Amino acid sequence: MKKSRKDMVFNLSLVALIFIAVIIVENIPGVNPMLSTVLKKGSIYALVAVSMNLLNGFTGLFSLGQAGFMLLGAYTYAVITIPDSAREKVYMYVKEGSAVSRSWFDNIANGLHLPEGVSNIAIMIIGMLAGGLIAAFFSWLIGLPVLKLKSDYLAIATLGFAEIIRAIFQWDKLGPVTNGSNVLRNFPTFKTAVFPLTVSAICILFIVLLINSTYGRAFKAIRDDEIAAEAMGINLAHHKRLAFVISSFFAGIGGALLAMFQNTLQATPFKSAMTYEILLIVVIGGIGSVSGSIIASFLYISASEWWLRGLDSGKFLFIESPAVLRGGFRMVVFSVIIMIIVLFFRKGIMGERELSVTRFLNFFRKKDGKNEENS
Amino acid sequence: MFGKLFSTCLPYILSGISVGGQYALIAIGYTMVYGILRLINFAHGDIFMVAGLIMIYSNVSITPLFMNMGFSAESAFIFSIIASVVIVLVLTVLLGLTIEKAAYRPLRSAPRMSVMISAIGVSYLIQNAAIYITGGLAKPYPTKGAAMPWLSDQITVGSTSIKRVTVITPILTILLVLALVLLIKKTKIGMAMRAVSKDFRTSRLMGIEVNNVISVTFFIGSFLAAVGSLLYFTNYASVTPTSGAMPGLKAFVAAVFGGIGSVPGAVVGAFIIGICENILKGLDNILSTAGVFKDGFTFGFATFSDAFTFILLIVILCVKPTGLFGEKNTDKV
Amino acid sequence: MKKILAIVLAALMVFALASCGAENPTPDAGGKDAAPAGEKVVKIGVFEPASGDNGAGGKQETLGIQYANEKTPTVKIGDDEYKVEVIYADNGSSNDKAPTAAQSLISAGCSIILGSYGSGVSIAASDTFKDSGVAAIGVTCTNPQVTEGNSHYFRICFLDPFQGTVLANLASGEFKASKAYILTKLGDDYSTGLGYNFKQAFEALGGTVVEESFQEGNADFTAFLNTAKSQECDVIFAPTSTEAAQLIIEQSATQGIAVPLLAGDTWDSNVILNAAKGKDVKIYVTTFYQEGGNADFDNGFKDWINADATHLSNNGGDDTVAAVSAMGYDAYYVALEAIKAAGSADKAAIKNVLGSVTYTGVTGEIKFDETGDAIRDTAYVKTANTETGAWDFVREQGVN
Repeated sequence: MKKSRKDMVFNLSLVALIFIAVIIVENIPGVNPMLSTVLKKGSIYALVAVSMNLLNGFTGLFSLGQAGFMLLGAYTYAVITIPDSAREKVYMYVKEGSAVSRSWFDNIANGLHLPEGVSNIAIMIIGMLAGGLIAAFFSWLIGLPVLKLKSDYLAIATLGFAEIIRAIFQWDKLGPVTNGSNVLRNFPTFKTAVFPLTVSAICILFIVLLINSTYGRAFKAIRDDEIAAEAMGINLAHHKRLAFVISSFFAGIGGALLAMFQNTLQATPFKSAMTYEILLIVVIGGIGSVSGSIIASFLYISASEWWLRGLDSGKFLFIESPAVLRGGFRMVVFSVIIMIIVLFFRKGIMGERELSVTRFLNFFRKKDGKNEENS
Repeated sequence: MFGKLFSTCLPYILSGISVGGQYALIAIGYTMVYGILRLINFAHGDIFMVAGLIMIYSNVSITPLFMNMGFSAESAFIFSIIASVVIVLVLTVLLGLTIEKAAYRPLRSAPRMSVMISAIGVSYLIQNAAIYITGGLAKPYPTKGAAMPWLSDQITVGSTSIKRVTVITPILTILLVLALVLLIKKTKIGMAMRAVSKDFRTSRLMGIEVNNVISVTFFIGSFLAAVGSLLYFTNYASVTPTSGAMPGLKAFVAAVFGGIGSVPGAVVGAFIIGICENILKGLDNILSTAGVFKDGFTFGFATFSDAFTFILLIVILCVKPTGLFGEKNTDKV
Repeated sequence: MKKILAIVLAALMVFALASCGAENPTPDAGGKDAAPAGEKVVKIGVFEPASGDNGAGGKQETLGIQYANEKTPTVKIGDDEYKVEVIYADNGSSNDKAPTAAQSLISAGCSIILGSYGSGVSIAASDTFKDSGVAAIGVTCTNPQVTEGNSHYFRICFLDPFQGTVLANLASGEFKASKAYILTKLGDDYSTGLGYNFKQAFEALGGTVVEESFQEGNADFTAFLNTAKSQECDVIFAPTSTEAAQLIIEQSATQGIAVPLLAGDTWDSNVILNAAKGKDVKIYVTTFYQEGGNADFDNGFKDWINADATHLSNNGGDDTVAAVSAMGYDAYYVALEAIKAAGSADKAAIKNVLGSVTYTGVTGEIKFDETGDAIRDTAYVKTANTETGAWDFVREQGVN
């Protein structure tokens, strides 16, 4: 008990430190703007990866529908929050124009005399929550039939669901809402990394609390042995559905954040490749470790968006060879690294463990290293 | 009226049958591997794509060899196509076997999720490698001029003109499947395959070299994927690094639809999916010809041509998870 | 084992952070200080696809910029001679990769951005450029949404409403078409935008249209072409990427489609010529530049392409001059003009003067209107000669 409290204090202070560091770093002129990009995208991927880990790592449900739920969240966010003044231009290819309006919100905001900054944040939060709820609702709906399926059938059914969602959102008959397959833009976005970091941190904190609750223990029991869990009196269907819906809720919020990060939104990028990418992040971090997923997200995004970019443009570290280091080499190196992790370091960075101060200290005290593994 | 409706539908059905034949050849690889290893080989669609790329690159590099040997440009091209077909078959099979050995065999005792993740990783690796090699561009398949002269000829069926390969595909598919079914039912290795797919451990106790059986499975699957790729890309004439992904997924759905582990089931499933998909693409046109849709109204069915496959998948999984021809499996505690 | 892995990873992180911190001291001053001592550098960012659906076109556009850069590698700002460094970022033809690719150009300290081929990626990256205060010149992105409401995005090509009208005029004038089949790609802003504008213009001329769209990754167009055929359409309008175009051409030849295929500027590529060669298809495209329009440029460019195997393969294997290459070439010089007019390598100064820059390039006179769009009133209509595998000039066409 004492140890875990120490860990919690340590983790919280670590989070606080990171925040202060981010705020300072972002305000120093001359710091590479790429760092800010990595922080933004990394925190979004961290949230989505943790939400996927909740399903795959903690409940043992192999779901590949993450991209679909992100798409739902992203679209809900964008459709709700685009200012009315911009709608005509955004929906320019839709004959009927936009069928959605945010005047209800603007009226309330005006009535309360909210300053623009506050009302902007308010609509963003409302949009994100709505995105999460819509994603959760659809996951509940699809969960009714597919959660009965066994491991790989569930995977392929959820993968298929994501593809169906993508087609529906591109359908031109839904144009007044989704703008057909055309791009949605002009919705409120964030400028600094503080916003996505805060949202992700709150969401991940919630997931961690859930994992450490009775529900979390029930999830793990289902993962370890479904039949034994059922025999212990755990309602399988109920708990599976709960994990699925909660995971999708956070995937939806992650999708909304991703829409903000991209400034524009279209259904095309939300395909199975995106789910695979998130799955690989979870694997790198360790299936069943929240801190592993977070670390892996930042590592993955920094490596793919920033550090390894030189591999594509002919110059990397001290090697200069335009013939070999041309477009696409970065991703080849990257996928080889992933395969090495998948095959030889199957536990990923963290295995099923979490980052903790005691372990951190023990790491350097060789003697205790062994004991730790068992505790 | 009815005649007109029929002539409207016919071209869609014809191309559906052809597409179905191509899906069938890929689906067999999925269904056999799943039947034996209980593994969705996500990389199978990418093997199919690589087979297409091998054809392109080997043809480009072999043609000059024959030209140097004193053949005319035209006959050099034909010889090189023949040589390339052999190379494609050999290399694709080798690729399939290598993937099995490198990425799946080390994980044989690992949980199923790990193997599947490994399969996704392999698929990711192959696609990225293909992007690197091709520069991310679509590569034209050697179908032009004198090459593949007979397969890409135009022929006329009813009032529609199509490539000969469209007709050849389903016939060839059915012949190959018949041969495969014979192999599974009548030969010793076929018996071993059936045994392994029934019970992995017991068959090992019975003295079956399980690893060899698995290798043979991958051999057959990759070989058929290579044949499928020859037919598919002759029809569509260009290969991109992601060409394999969609056909791969659809073929897998076909395998599930037909009952995973069952070869005839996979073939039937593939034809159904191929035909439905193409009819869906033309359904707006068919319905307005039939007078159901009036005044130029359209529904936009074509948007759902890919999604339909997955709707079918979810429905079949919920209604009859074992598929059309699948055997019932019960989990033992 | 695990410990070693952890230590290695940690070391890698520290190292990478440190090296990145050191690499880019103060990039926001226009990159001047990153140059070796004595030499002054101004950086131009090239935001183009080198892979994905539009990879082929993006590479050709980049070739034009590269050629211009090799021809004119320096620019005079005031009395100082600055070296022009061109920095490339691949946006992968994909909207979700666009913002980070754009960010990498900004973090490299580019003073002005050129690109992109493809409207979707330009729209997606627009805000990234805006936030950093850098101006961008769209080279061949024709969708109105790129520049609309933006003070930082300019473009040197014509727009979809113009191009759509030209094509509709062509369809109803030249081919006496009364029914057109429009095939667009879902989720491609260029494709749906141009399709929409063509439809508007064609219906205004009294025609009717049948509209369909295909999913990304679709390889089988026979069903769509069947529909066009059985609905007895007089023309097929397919504003798509070259990747889909190859398949459409191939399959319409085997389907025995006799009606003309119409398309916009993307089809002006040797990929199309190669696909159409020896087949019985009629292809008409509208474009920005006709080979032969400027002999000096054509010959110089061809020599340059033929001298280097990489350039040759990036240009699709032969030395056809694509209109997008000419546009890229012009865009580079417009950027140089802007740098000269601003009198500094500072991105804010360049952004302020860009709107008033005029330049007469190989594709004609370039002058921006209030929105930041080039004022253009003619498009070139070309047809693919299936025997010689070259473009035949049809005529110049305006909107009236």
